Amino acid sequence: MRGGWLRIYAITYLVFLYLPVILLPMFAFNDGTVMAFPLKGFTTQWFVQLAGIEALHGALLNSVFIATITATLSVLLGICAARASTRFRFPFKAPIMGAIMVPLVLPEIIVAVSLLVVVVQVLDLPLSAWTVIAGHTLICTPFAIAILSSAFQGLDQSFEEAAIDLGETRWGAFRNIILPLVAPGIIASFLICFTISLDEFIIAFFLTGAEPTLPVYIWGQLRFPTKIPAVMALGTLMLLASLIILSVAEFYRRRGVARVGGNDSGGFL
Amino acid sequence: MLLVSPTAVYVLLLLAAPLAAVFAFSFWTQDFLTIDRTLTLNNYREAFSDPIYRTLMGRSLLISGVVTLVTVVLAFPIAYFVSFYVEPSRKALWIFLITIPFWTSYLLRVFLWKVILGFNGVINSGLLSLGLIDEPITFILYNANAVVITLAHAFAPFTILPIYVALEKIDRSLLEASRDLGESRMTTFFRVTLPLAMPGVVAATLIVFIPTIGDYVTPRLVGGPNGLMIANMIQTQFLKLNNAPMGATLAVLAMCAVTAISLIFVFFNRRYLR
Repeated sequence: MRGGWLRIYAITYLVFLYLPVILLPMFAFNDGTVMAFPLKGFTTQWFVQLAGIEALHGALLNSVFIATITATLSVLLGICAARASTRFRFPFKAPIMGAIMVPLVLPEIIVAVSLLVVVVQVLDLPLSAWTVIAGHTLICTPFAIAILSSAFQGLDQSFEEAAIDLGETRWGAFRNIILPLVAPGIIASFLICFTISLDEFIIAFFLTGAEPTLPVYIWGQLRFPTKIPAVMALGTLMLLASLIILSVAEFYRRRGVARVGGNDSGGFL
Repeated sequence: MLLVSPTAVYVLLLLAAPLAAVFAFSFWTQDFLTIDRTLTLNNYREAFSDPIYRTLMGRSLLISGVVTLVTVVLAFPIAYFVSFYVEPSRKALWIFLITIPFWTSYLLRVFLWKVILGFNGVINSGLLSLGLIDEPITFILYNANAVVITLAHAFAPFTILPIYVALEKIDRSLLEASRDLGESRMTTFFRVTLPLAMPGVVAATLIVFIPTIGDYVTPRLVGGPNGLMIANMIQTQFLKLNNAPMGATLAVLAMCAVTAISLIFVFFNRRYLR
């Protein structure tokens, strides 16, 4: 055992990190509406209850729709930017790439408010799922670029040159050589963007129209104490879904790293 | 050049233009539903003179600063531990373990902190049953302390990872050299390891400090009346009071304050960033 005190500290810190995550399923299976200890008894009624809430199903479908479109757009934009930044040199490269990555650190409320101003006050358009998609794509694209850049960076340029020498067009070389090699990175970034969009609240809260997304729906439910246990059950299911999606993403990311012959330096985010 | 343009154009249209619009709005005024487009500094005058805005802005900056300090100080030993003491084959597992809680719904994580810190929450019922306290402690919910604890939890992975990456890049032979030349473990840490890890620490600081100022959910759920921050006021101006220009002014001021503080911070650490 190396690092005695540091190890004890690290384990204490992990307990701190996992405290809310452990409570989530505990209250989801707790037979009582009050969120306090001691726990009452075991029940699965809150999960059964979820199946009967119409508004929830609508919100879930809406969220999945938004997340799918957002992830697709972010990955397409991400491919363009990642490919351009790793393969080519162009004027103002650093400032352009910097500007594209800015949403990563910008407070979300600023993104939300500025889009709201433009959509409602300047363009006078109605808020809808598409306004949420516009905002989500903005914050997801930097994540896609970060993952895709490492996929593109590992590529050996001679593959592409060989293909062109052997008579492929530029596009053909990209489609037949580059794309298959970076496919794991594409899948991984798609899943990450999907998950981020599914969980994002602030931008959705400002920009959603008449149909709420899942987090906006949950936000509305948190005000009613009797609705909380069902929300905990919902949260447990969402956590499970996120973990499955992320495990798949991590699997593809590692395969991508192995495919281009890099060495793994441990996980995204 | 052609390839990067779709992404660049998207960012230009959906970020730069909207930010410019917010900036323009901050100089206009609104009378019920019509926007008065004459340029004026009235919003700024009001933002600086009204004690509500001053208090909220000061408190937001203070809370963000404390959250950043707490999060980075707590996270550094973890990053150090994983980088220097965990076997290479198990590092990925540790990083994975650290990031999992981050993927629980953000709203529910904040809400669960309310349950943990509450009057008959986890901490109070635990301490009561152990006999350590006679009545529930109340200074940990519905105030700034609760906001700090919750945000320190929410931003943990964002601080651990940049510091970890910086520590991983350190050439271990430098540390050996320092020891061979007669430095103790302590002085080696402060004179070699820490300066080399500073780029990671600076990145972690900015990654926490900048978004924290705009956090809306945490102050609203666990902050109570004295823990509200500027983002809550921005939201109120836009969605409740229907005063977009005032909201825009506050947003611009918050951005300027954060940017100025970040630049000063980077300036003082510039010798580590070369």
